[in-house]
Amino acid sequence: VNELKWNKPSDCFILTDTSRNIIALSDSPHTHRVEFTQLAADYKAVNLGQGFPDFSPPQFVQEAFCKAISGGPQMHQYTRAFGHPPLVKSLAKFFSRIVGQDIDPLEDILVTVGAYQALFCAFQGLIDEGDEVIIIEPFFDCYQPMVVMAGGKAVYVPLRPVKGSAILSSGDWVLSADELASKITPRTKAIVINTPNNPLGKVYKTEELQMIADLCIKHNLLCFSDEVYEWLTYDGAKHIKIASLPGMWERTVTVGSAGKTFSATGWKVGWAIGSGNIIKYMKTIHQNSVYHCATAAQEAVAHGFEREYQLFGTPESYFQQLPAMLHHKRKKLALCLESVGLQPIMPEGGYFMVTDISSVKVDLNDPNTKDELYDFRFVKWLVKEKGLATIPVSAFYSPEHSKEFDKYIRFCFVKEDSTLDAAEAILRKWSQKE
Amino acid sequence: MSRHTHAKRIEGLDKNVWVAFTALAADPSVVNLGQGFPDIPPPSYVKEALAKAASVDRMNQYTRGFGHPSLVKALSQVYGKVYGRQIDPLKEILVTVGGYGSLFSAIQALVEEGDEVIIIEPFFDCYVPMVRMAGGKPVLIPLRLVSMKSGKKTITSADWFLDPDELAGKFNSKTKAIIINTPNNPIGKVFTKDELQMIADLCIKHDTLCFSDEVYEWLVYRGHQHVKIATLPGMWDRTVTIGSAGKTFSVTGWKLGWSIGPEHLMKHLQTVMQNSLYTCPTPLQEAVAQGLLLNYELMDQPECYFTSLADELEGKRDRLAAIVEEAGMTPVIPEGGYFMLDLSHMDEDEAYDYKFVKWMIKEKKLAAIPVTAFVGEESTKDFEKYIRLCFIKQDGTLDAARSILKSWTKDMQMG
Repeated sequence: VNELKWNKPSDCFILTDTSRNIIALSDSPHTHRVEFTQLAADYKAVNLGQGFPDFSPPQFVQEAFCKAISGGPQMHQYTRAFGHPPLVKSLAKFFSRIVGQDIDPLEDILVTVGAYQALFCAFQGLIDEGDEVIIIEPFFDCYQPMVVMAGGKAVYVPLRPVKGSAILSSGDWVLSADELASKITPRTKAIVINTPNNPLGKVYKTEELQMIADLCIKHNLLCFSDEVYEWLTYDGAKHIKIASLPGMWERTVTVGSAGKTFSATGWKVGWAIGSGNIIKYMKTIHQNSVYHCATAAQEAVAHGFEREYQLFGTPESYFQQLPAMLHHKRKKLALCLESVGLQPIMPEGGYFMVTDISSVKVDLNDPNTKDELYDFRFVKWLVKEKGLATIPVSAFYSPEHSKEFDKYIRFCFVKEDSTLDAAEAILRKWSQKE
Repeated sequence: MSRHTHAKRIEGLDKNVWVAFTALAADPSVVNLGQGFPDIPPPSYVKEALAKAASVDRMNQYTRGFGHPSLVKALSQVYGKVYGRQIDPLKEILVTVGGYGSLFSAIQALVEEGDEVIIIEPFFDCYVPMVRMAGGKPVLIPLRLVSMKSGKKTITSADWFLDPDELAGKFNSKTKAIIINTPNNPIGKVFTKDELQMIADLCIKHDTLCFSDEVYEWLVYRGHQHVKIATLPGMWDRTVTIGSAGKTFSVTGWKLGWSIGPEHLMKHLQTVMQNSLYTCPTPLQEAVAQGLLLNYELMDQPECYFTSLADELEGKRDRLAAIVEEAGMTPVIPEGGYFMLDLSHMDEDEAYDYKFVKWMIKEKKLAAIPVTAFVGEESTKDFEKYIRLCFIKQDGTLDAARSILKSWTKDMQMG
């Protein structure tokens, strides 16, 4: 049973499940909670909502973790607060090569409890009362409450599907340079980008990042770049680090995740990499909030990066093998969805596939949901009537734009083939009925 | 670059005693009785439980944000027994990144701009910066060494008291909370029921919250008893009690802790958790759950780790006390916890404790922590003659300290 929790970051309630996926937004916390808990229990849905793998991390990191556990007593005691030395050294070595910057392991890196806490340190350390932060929609839900908690103001600019073309790929969703520029004011402190993007899967191209970079430089903005899915790109899409563009290293915090990198979300090891001048403020937040991160898991992740450094670009690299494995699952899910008349937007990267549901004719005549956005109603109907759990995409939009984007739902395809097969069976049965 | 300024909330909070002294003590030739972590191994069953948990696929992925189900259930069982009340595992418990994370969650959740928070000196150093980061104002009150009764030779942590009138004078309409730490770091004081009742009476009178840092709760030595302020009448509804797997199972590097309290307070800590790091590592939580369940069965028996660790540490406490006495220093014998204070009567160097400790690390290769790191500026002169020594160390480490101190006093006698 998914445990569902309500929280109230600002003026509405967000219902989330165990893996923090947004189930519902409401201005009242009570009406939906009982219903969703009941739905989860009663309908035993095949769950493609949750954003984590249902398969294990690769053997080499699991072995590294076991080795750390049975290592000397120091593996179970405090390590360096800002990051276990072997880990920051291996991260510095690994990413220096990619970013084209000599990354100082002690000054330019902060290890955190998941990428989530890295984002928290960035907002708390750098955003002040009244600062404006630009968030590109659709956005991973934590950005907005974190901005609010830091006393900042969220300013939204949506990715929009290119007009006139059949929307086949996340690459067809673009940011308008004019629209973005129009959102910048003298109070703008930072812009948050997420590439590959959750939920859409968009992998920003160099020109797109350059456009954002130009504005950052022109207006002296900071850039928080959430790149947790950096290794998961498909069909030849290339992940580009905005921090590697000229003039951007000194103003960018790049966030990464061992959980997504090594399919071990439960280890909660993440990091922020950036110029020491900026990272130092995040260190102050870190030392006054959690101070240290667990030692053994950091040791294991360090070994993981050492291995990947040696195997980089070769077929044995997990950073090659994981996207290849997911590529097949992505295709499998897309075919299932197309077979029932749903229109998937092929993600260029990440864990998720967003699907346009506007062409599906179903009778959503549940009087309880009639005041909700269409995708919320559809998701509930899908759980109840078809036993398939997904996430409504308007939940990843600000209140001011959510109504424009209420015809999409999100699927996670980072699942065992048996889970995808079960979803396929449901969808096939559905299409046969119509 | 001028616009890349930090947020105001971190103003003045960048310095930290640990950053300074951990680096100095990292030299392997230094005998480290400074930072508070064991160099003795944790019980093998917790390590085994971790290895076992890590081998289960599902245990390597996200778990419930407010605490892994098996862990909050185990906590509810263990503490239900200790508190003598039913504790709701989902609503009255939050699992955090160490006791530290619980302190952060409680302070962020419940302290606002302009709130005053009473902190008892000497205090674990993070309390003050955390209160300031939340916009609160720390109000300090020192424990005071009460003059010795004639004939009593040894000083213990029980000789340090809060002056009741002085304490009462610190409470006012702006007081949001008081932070207590029992057993206390660094002195090792275990607050008696009467002392806690005195604090409780004030909390109830002024409708103040209480954050009770009890991470050393199991490390209480013979003749003393750990009392939970939350069990006193009228206190459950206003107290957040903090515990630590790191201190409980000698695994400080696991960084797991918990807060226990009434739902109407805990829900706010949960909100902070949800918007800061969301969830703690799964396999570690599973392993702690197993460790708790095992010891729950053994509670009140000598094999229970909660008892056996205290016994082991009592021996080390006494060993270290003898070592420092031999060296001509005066230990403050702790009733609980990891640490011992020394009153330095050394004539050789009347330096302030920071200078003393730095010199001691450099010249004598022995690391300790200066006690003024745990007090506010105004109390510095009352505490600058103390250094803190950690004794949760292998006997070999304590012996090495003894050798250093022995040759030190020899030098002084000859000089």
